[in-house]
Amino acid sequence: MEQTAQFLLVGTLFLSLALLGTASLSGCVGLVALQGYLLALLPLFIHREGLTARALLIAAGMAGLKGWLVPRVLLHAIREVRIRREVEPLVGYIPSLLIGGAITVVAFVLAGRLPIPPGLRSGLLVPVSLATMMMGLLLTVSRLKALTQVLGYLVFENGIFLFGLLVSRDMPWLLEMGVLLDVFVAVFVMGIVIQQISREFDSIHTDRLTQLKE
Amino acid sequence: MNVLAAFENGAVLLLLPPLLPGIIGKTKAVFGGRKGPPFLQSYHDILKLVGKGAVYSRTTTAMFRLGPVLSLAALMVAGALVPLAHDSPTSFPGDALLFAYLLGLARFATMAAALDAGSSFEGMGASREAAFSSLAEPALVLALAALFRATGGLSLNRMFGGAQWSVSGAGLVLIGGGLFLVLLSENSRIPFDDPATHLELTMIHEVMTLDHGGPDLAFILYGSSLKLLLWSSLLVRLLVPLPPGALGWAVWTGGVAALAAAVGVVESSMARLKMTRVPQVLVLAVCAAAFAVMLALK
Repeated sequence: MEQTAQFLLVGTLFLSLALLGTASLSGCVGLVALQGYLLALLPLFIHREGLTARALLIAAGMAGLKGWLVPRVLLHAIREVRIRREVEPLVGYIPSLLIGGAITVVAFVLAGRLPIPPGLRSGLLVPVSLATMMMGLLLTVSRLKALTQVLGYLVFENGIFLFGLLVSRDMPWLLEMGVLLDVFVAVFVMGIVIQQISREFDSIHTDRLTQLKE
Repeated sequence: MNVLAAFENGAVLLLLPPLLPGIIGKTKAVFGGRKGPPFLQSYHDILKLVGKGAVYSRTTTAMFRLGPVLSLAALMVAGALVPLAHDSPTSFPGDALLFAYLLGLARFATMAAALDAGSSFEGMGASREAAFSSLAEPALVLALAALFRATGGLSLNRMFGGAQWSVSGAGLVLIGGGLFLVLLSENSRIPFDDPATHLELTMIHEVMTLDHGGPDLAFILYGSSLKLLLWSSLLVRLLVPLPPGALGWAVWTGGVAALAAAVGVVESSMARLKMTRVPQVLVLAVCAAAFAVMLALK
């Protein structure tokens, strides 16, 4: 069990890293979907009490929303606006990967200074959650396509979900519902926004939005 | 007993390597629906080349003739350090770094000989080889650092001394994945380089050896299969716990053969990467190894 949780966490972090170096948009969506599934499995293994109805419910919700629904919406958006890859990110792929590596180091150092609640199976939870959040943030600020920015936001939310797992025993329902609903709304809104931007400007480059148009 | 083990290791290092390209070729042929060359094809090729004479251009210097010899010599010394099914008899603390440097020396000899030939294509291949290997090396060194931290040993024998899945499974997966990418890159396999290509513009490793013929080419072919065997042995020892004695040899041989087949599957199932994408994948390998170091430090 301990090993499984560790595998899932390492896999999550590795997917975030891979995301930083992936150019193809549908590839990025696939990676985020896979990360969603990994995170869905995590509540089943992370707590010492093992399988509970609540853990199962969170897992099902995560898998359904982040593994299935959200990627479907995003893939639909990709088909609609007909884009294949991120053209010129503000920060190149190799620099982002290296920054990702640096972020991981920082997260591990930071997590060493935070107190970890008892009852958790894996001490990796905090550093992985911090690193995932920061990498999501990096994706959001360093990419130009609105779609990649949504993906960055999703990864960021995944980090928050991991952090939420820490306290999920003491704060029933509130946190999970908040996170899941949040994401759903965000993707919904962003989907509409992408459609609009693409229709108005023939492109979803956000830096073009600084120019005025009649 | 020690003498016997040394003898076994030496015999395997001398005789087994050319079998690996045969396994890879057979796997690719099966995927392509062809019969493919026999498993022992590389042995025939090497024997044929050894029997031939060599032709040297008048523009080349001694470096050109020294290249293949030096490269093979460095690889064979590296082979003496690498544990196979038995521990290596000539191991000492710190030989892991010597191993990395010997591989570097072999590469340097090949590149210097390629530059000496004076062909622009070969110079291009040497430049690419240098660029990609400089990215693969940090992954190897970081993986070694993680293994040092996890096992407390400074020799390849200790570092690759049997898998400890129960203690650090996630770390092993990261190191194994990173080292597998480095294996593909170091041995010029797809997705980093295509050993079957015959277009000078797209070759990396093969283009450097275009002007070598006869025994020199035999040395190069044998050296590259030996390098593949050394890397495979390290990966097998990292991931598979080996029982002692004859059973260990059986498991080890099976593991190395399976790894060669895995390389064949990778080659059959994906195309080579664009040149500009290669560094990204290698940096990913570096990140995996760095992450393994962090897991080991925790």
